[in-house]
This record gives sequence, structure tokens and C-alpha cells, in this order.
Amino acid sequence: MADLTRTDVAHLAALARIDLSDAELDRMVGELAVILDAVATVQQAPIADVEPMSHPMPIVNVTRPDVVRPSLSPEDALAGAPEAEQQRFSVPRILDED
Amino acid sequence: MTTQATAEATLPLEAALAAYDPALGLEVHVELNTATKMFCGCPTEFGAEPNTQVCPVCLGLPGALPVVNVKAVESAIRIGLVLNCQIARWCRFARKNYFYPDMPKNFQTSQYDEPIAFDGFLDVELDDGAVYRVQIERAHMEEDTGKSLHVGGSTGRIHGATHSLVDYNRAGIPLIEIVTKPMLGTGERAPEIARAYVATLRDLLKALDVSDVRMEQGSMRCDVNLSLTPKGADRLGTRTETKNVNSLRSVERAVRYEIGRQAAVLSSGGSVVQETRHWHEDTGVTTSGRVKSDADDYRYFPEPDLVPVAPTAELVEALRGTLPEPPVARRRRLQTSWGFSDLEMRDVVNAGLVELVEETVRAGASPAAARKWWSGEIARRANAAGQDVPTYAASLGVAPAHVVELEALVKRGRLNDSMARQVWDAVLAAEGTPTAVADARGLELVEDTGALASAVDAVIAANPEVAAKVRDGKVAAAGALIGQVMRELRGQADAAAARALILERLGQS
Ligand SMILES: [Zn+2]
Repeated sequence: MADLTRTDVAHLAALARIDLSDAELDRMVGELAVILDAVATVQQAPIADVEPMSHPMPIVNVTRPDVVRPSLSPEDALAGAPEAEQQRFSVPRILDED
Repeated sequence: MTTQATAEATLPLEAALAAYDPALGLEVHVELNTATKMFCGCPTEFGAEPNTQVCPVCLGLPGALPVVNVKAVESAIRIGLVLNCQIARWCRFARKNYFYPDMPKNFQTSQYDEPIAFDGFLDVELDDGAVYRVQIERAHMEEDTGKSLHVGGSTGRIHGATHSLVDYNRAGIPLIEIVTKPMLGTGERAPEIARAYVATLRDLLKALDVSDVRMEQGSMRCDVNLSLTPKGADRLGTRTETKNVNSLRSVERAVRYEIGRQAAVLSSGGSVVQETRHWHEDTGVTTSGRVKSDADDYRYFPEPDLVPVAPTAELVEALRGTLPEPPVARRRRLQTSWGFSDLEMRDVVNAGLVELVEETVRAGASPAAARKWWSGEIARRANAAGQDVPTYAASLGVAPAHVVELEALVKRGRLNDSMARQVWDAVLAAEGTPTAVADARGLELVEDTGALASAVDAVIAANPEVAAKVRDGKVAAAGALIGQVMRELRGQADAAAARALILERLGQS
């Protein structure tokens, strides 16, 4: 696990849209390696007979009927937005095309 | 980056396919027509004011919890069944993580390695009646993203924009993504097969009533994956993914363009870059987009806020009972009952007229009349307006009842064929119903044999040489006389009656 490279961290930072300086990158490589090592302890748990699970409750098919419920008003919806314009959320310009 | 779609070198299709075999894959996203979103009760109305159909769940506010829409799951299963897929007995949702403002949660709730439907196929009929079987890899449930408006650049484009404005009404609308396996061995028919597959899928989903499948409104969207393999090689080449190819015609064009482009790259010794490409409807080319992220970069993991979906066998069988007749079988049944030739039926299908003809026949018209009136002038006008005939007819307020009425006027002997055409043109010009138009224009076949007889006599008298030829047995020469009689009576005569009378007068009956 501790073989995390500087390139890995730079890649993860880019995916998370976090701009890290060279110094920060160097520091994060070390810190993340420690964290990964700590988490790796979990891998020593004896799980040979345990079914993988992604939810603590053994339940399935929790659904709701296709019935409209009230939405927020646009004012409420936009209340938490740092900036809004034309009743829309205003966000910094997007660099890479989609 | 430039805003211009610069054309790259391409090889002609024939040359490209002489050297390479295409492998085609299609990913189709279909927005379901549920009343509410996938994980919350917000409505899904198209064209609503921005951010009026949003709530804490679809805005990704802290603490909000999603709950699955049961109708969306049932629609997904029905789509899987109609595509001859296996239905998962147990499957989960997953988070697809990416940071882009069209998803306020910073992840899209999707399915990853446990799709609800998998391993199916769809038989696609081509224009000449040949059938190609498209293998379906999977159909999975996910949610749509918000819509961005780019401000400050030219005409809403992303280039040069200063900032973007996001409307989340669409975020969270249920989507089904249908992915084919690579289609191999399609050769020169790859573009045609791609189009036919999307068209067949569209018709099928419409018949299932699970989606509006309006490509122009984005409720059905297509991504085209394509790679080329040198003839004889056994490994697939590097593929590109062309996004948002949103009309049937564009699907065909985009496949053809990518085959030509990749062939030009490969044959000049270059290599194809694995990337997302953008389709430009106006210029008919694709341009390079971002380099495609690895699936790893999305860091998928099971969605902890949702429990698994485990459709019971009883539910799946009950849903199987609601499936419509498969399109190919339905088409054969209608063709037989309508008595159309293969060519006639194909024209009706390709023009998207099957439902309209069916409705018109049900309203009382003969199949031949329904086909004739819906595929003539109105089809030409609809095409010029860039619409399909049903949409165009609806916008004009022209309905099956109008065809029934027009045919009745012809059958009753009030209108002949050319008068009927004139009336139909006027109906399309919103002048009223066929009867109203005929009344307003005083259109009525001359049934008064006296008027017909005197016109015939006058024309014979004015054309002694032609008349003599007919008398001598050259019956074909009568055509010129019939034409003149029709003109004389301003077209409002029965040409057959005029012909009979002329031949009688000239001793040829
Ligand atoms: Zn919502």
C-alpha cells in the first residue's frame, strides 16, 4: 500500500479538482501512505466465510410509488447557492468540454 | 482549442472497408416517462421553468436520502425483457464519482457491475429485408444530469464562456442505458445497421410506453463507439466514443465519418487516440474531445444509501405479460392485413407512418388511400420542415378523419383523382375539411352528360385529323382528345367517362 507515488496523488487531486502545490503534493504522498497503511489493517480481518455486503440491513426492494411530491420553490432551492443568475446556479466556467 | 470544427482527412468508405473491418458499439440513453424522478418525488415535466422541479435529494443537500421509484424499476425490467435479456435476481446501485457541475452530488447514481438486465439481443430489419441480430451487453438504471448554460462565450458554447448557469430540473430523471456488444462483421452495412438499430429500439420503447423517445428533445440519446481492425487481424483496434449523436440520420453519418477518419489515420501509419469525440450536426464531422477517463477514475462503489433491487420471479413474469407484440411480427401482420407489397410496407415503415396508417384504416379509410395520402405531398412538406409526418400532421391539425372524408368524396364520384389532390393540398394549407374545401372551390365532377357530350363534340370538331386517326383504329390517339375535353371542363370531369364517350362517337366502342 505504501507504494503510493507522487503521480498517483497528483492524479487523484486532479480528479477531485484540488489544486495542490509541489510542496503539498510531497506532503500528501507521505500522509496518504500512512493512512493507507492504517486502513490496510482491516484487510487482516478473517472474512473467508463472510458474504460481502454494502448495507448493514439484510433488506431489499425499498421503493416508493411514482407519485409527485412537492418540490422546493426555486428561491429555496437557490438559497444556498453562492451565486445565482436567471434562476440558475452560477458556477465557475468549465474548462474541459463535455 | 478552436470553436471551428476542422475537418480531418478521411478515406472514402469503400477504400476504408477494403482495408479494415469496423467494430461498432452503441450506447443509448433513454429517459423514462415516469411522473417522478428516479430517487425523489420531483416531477419530470419537460420544459419547466429552471430549478422548479428540484428538492434536497436531487440537489444533493446534506442528509437527504434517495428512495427508488418502483415504476422506473418496472420499466427497466420491461426494457430488459423486450431486449431478450436476463433479469438480475439481485443487483445494486453504485456511485460513479466525478466532479462536474451537472451533478450536484458530485456523483451519479448508476449501476456498475450489477446491471438489472444483461445478455440479450435485438433483431433489426434492414431496408432490403435482411435481419441483423444485435447482441445486447446490458441495460442498467441510472439518473440524468442537469443542464448547463454557458455564459459569455458565443451562442451558449463552452469556449470563451466566463461562467455557467445550471438548471437541475433534469438531474435525477430516470435513465436506462442500453449497451450493445461490439457488432462485428457488419462491413459496409455498419452505418445502416447502426441507424436501423436505433430506429428499431426507438419504436420498441415507444410501443412499451416507457419513454417519449424524442431524440430532438433529448429523451433518447446515442453514443457511437467505433474501432477498426486491419483485415485479417484478430484484435480489436482502439476505439473512439462519439457523444450525443441525436438523430437517426446523424447516427448513420457519424458511423460513416468515423470509419473514414480512422481509416485515414491508420493507413497513414498513425494510431487512433482513445478519446471522446463530439459530433457536429451542421458539418457532419466529429472532433476530438477529452481523453477518455478510465473506469477506475470514476471510483465506483456500491451506493450505501440504497438497498439492493431483487425482482421476484413473479414480478418478472407479470411484467413479461405486459410486453407489446415485437415490431417485426407486428409489421408482418399489418402488411398482410393491408395487402401492401414489401416495397410499399418498407416505405411506410421508413417514413414512420405505421401508426398513422393504422389509425386511418381504423377510422374507416382503405389501406391504399391511407398510404397514398400520408406519403405524398404531406411527407414532402414534413421533410422540408424537418419533422416526421405524424408530428407535422398534428401541428397542422390534419387527422385520419380527413383522409377518410377525402376518400369518401372520391368514392362517391364527387372528386376525381386530380381534384382530390387539389383538395388535399388545400386541407394541408389549413383551408378546412375536404368537404369544406370542395364546397368553397366549387369542385364537383361534371355528371351532367349533356355538358360532357357537348365538350366531346366540340373537341372532335376542332381536331378532325386526330379524330380521323381514332376512327381508323388508332385508339391511343384519343388521349389528346381526352386531355382537351378535361381542360374544357376545367378538370371537373371523369376522364374514363370522357374517353368512353369519345370512342363511342368515333365508332370505336
Ligand atoms: Zn428531487
